Amino acid sequence: METEYKKIQFSESTLALVQRIIKRYPEGRHKSALLPILHLAQAEFGGWLSPQTMDYVASILNIKPIEVYEVASFYTMFNLEPVGKCVLEVCRTGPCWLRGADDIIQYLENKLGIKEGETTADGMFTLKVVECLASCGTAPMMQVGNNYIENLSCENMDGVLDKLRQTHQ
Amino acid sequence: MGKKLLLDKIHIPGINTFEVYRKQGGYAAVEKALKSMTPDEVMEEVKKAGLRGRGGAGFPTGMKWSFLDRKSEKPRYLVCNADESEPGTFKDRYLMEHTPHTLIEGMIVSSFALGANTSYIYMRGEFRWIFPILEKAIDEAYAAGFLGKNILGTGYNLDIYVQPGGGAYICGEETALIESLEGKRGNPRLKPPFPAIHGLYGCPTVVNNVESIATVPVILNMGGEEYAKIGIGRSTGTKLISACGHINKPGVYEIELGLPVEEFLYSDEYCGGVWKGRKLKALVAGGSSVPILPANLITKTAAGEPRLMSYESLSDGGFATGTMLGSGGFIVMDETTCIVRNLWTFTRFYHHESCGQCSPCREGTGWMEKVLHRIEHGHGRMHDIDLLVDVAKKIEGNTICPLGDAAAWPVASAIRHFREDFEYHIKYPEKVKDPKHFEKEPLISQKTAEVV
Ligand SMILES: Cc1cc2nc3c(=O)[nH]c(=O)nc-3n(C[C@H](O)[C@H](O)[C@H](O)COP(=O)(O)O)c2cc1C
Ligand code: SF4
Ligand code: FES
Repeated sequence: METEYKKIQFSESTLALVQRIIKRYPEGRHKSALLPILHLAQAEFGGWLSPQTMDYVASILNIKPIEVYEVASFYTMFNLEPVGKCVLEVCRTGPCWLRGADDIIQYLENKLGIKEGETTADGMFTLKVVECLASCGTAPMMQVGNNYIENLSCENMDGVLDKLRQTHQ
Repeated sequence: MGKKLLLDKIHIPGINTFEVYRKQGGYAAVEKALKSMTPDEVMEEVKKAGLRGRGGAGFPTGMKWSFLDRKSEKPRYLVCNADESEPGTFKDRYLMEHTPHTLIEGMIVSSFALGANTSYIYMRGEFRWIFPILEKAIDEAYAAGFLGKNILGTGYNLDIYVQPGGGAYICGEETALIESLEGKRGNPRLKPPFPAIHGLYGCPTVVNNVESIATVPVILNMGGEEYAKIGIGRSTGTKLISACGHINKPGVYEIELGLPVEEFLYSDEYCGGVWKGRKLKALVAGGSSVPILPANLITKTAAGEPRLMSYESLSDGGFATGTMLGSGGFIVMDETTCIVRNLWTFTRFYHHESCGQCSPCREGTGWMEKVLHRIEHGHGRMHDIDLLVDVAKKIEGNTICPLGDAAAWPVASAIRHFREDFEYHIKYPEKVKDPKHFEKEPLISQKTAEVV
């Protein structure tokens, strides 16, 4: 039996951007566009890369789906499972640990009632723990979408979460 | 005040725009190079300047450029390494965020010197907000005729593109970076052939760090010989240092190479001393990969000479009593720091970031992480300490890329200098089960006590 897929497609403007990106590389080297396009796909299709999304990207670049899967699974920024509306990526590496990252992670786990890698029941927050984000001088810190939120403390965390809840409705 | 060459104008409002940057003398090096110099003359100035790669290895930039295969008929590429993922390092980010044209100007003159007509800036994907900053700077440079076809009417063509990574430390290694830029997994290549012969798309390629490239216009403006007078000995010029950890003033500082470590660490112009009035316990001077130093070897070398911020002085004493300048990631640890726990986070990092191609690295980093985890959590055995030394030794030198060494050195050096921290964990398993063990009851070693 054939599975009914809802066809996915980039918006017109993203498709135009994809074409511009492919032109950055020499003739025949369009596979170089894979990472940039995967970023676009993740942003446009719900914050993660489903097999269907990856197949779609493969079709755009005219490469085999396996070439997309093997790349997507290598890089930590690509989510291969669904995530919440707002993904909190807290850095845990040495320099952040020296400035209290463990306390921040613990606080978030308690506050949100989830462990690292999990998503809250309301689908709002996913908690990820990540490696050094080149923000060690403003530690502890986390990445949320396009931004870094730096100089975190357990005291200012509730306010940060409230604000994120409002902006990620 | 030390000399500033890269960040001297960073506080000028609007320096991130082409207009202000240009008014402040920006892009003069492009005019000079393209209108009055040959590519080889540009390279000669960089050689005379003695510039050494700022990405970590410290390899002379001019020499690296001279290896580029110029006989090949294929196109040549310059790739800027903006992957900045070495723990403790956040200097390239600072430069790109605040003065993006400094990098673009450097890209133009460096590409010209190498004969590249297409160049890429490979930036770690997490820097999402920096992409528009660089792209705007590039657009402005095109609009002003400094990029594109027939730049300044000289007949030289250049396009620059910014490429995102996907979150993988290993893509900072230059051949892994090239693989990634080709749209593949970031597996380092076996060398030789080196990128200078067989790099991006099989073409001659130079990969340089952001800071190295940004320094080239400075060199052209003042002349290589003048540049070489700054700094000390073979450590010429200035270096961006990103300082973090237990200090009063974390941040990015431009220093003239040769500055005493003591001044950098304690003066209010830089780190402002150890925070909370605490004592110094340890320093990782050049990013997580370099050997850790105990308090008594930080401001002075083993021979009792003042330790300086330079390639030579930091490595004085070899691995027995020295370290490396590395990427300039300066991580300070106070008396309450548990060296074992800090090391465990580093080893976990290397295990996480190993690409998995070579078994000594893939298995060894995982093994070391497991052993460190059990020591840190009060389940270690005395012979675990020598086991770690042994595993580290077996990784070192036996892998395709230097990530293996980078994982081994911190382990070997932590045990060399802080064996008593490790032994404490095994002798007092109940005490270390509290993750904040040394915060409550610092383990003051002889080495720390000596310097206070
Ligand atoms: C595991 C690993 C990670 C690296 N990460 C970076 C990095 O993030 N940025 C960088 O400039 N160089 C990095 N390097 C060094 C590069 O391989 C290369 O030496 C450097 O980009 C050359 O530029 P330079 O000569 O201007 O320093 C890394 C090396 C290794 C082995
Ligand atoms: S040393 Fe590690 S990271 Fe480097 S190629 Fe081998 S497995 Fe990959
Ligand atoms: S260790 Fe967290 S940003 Fe570097």
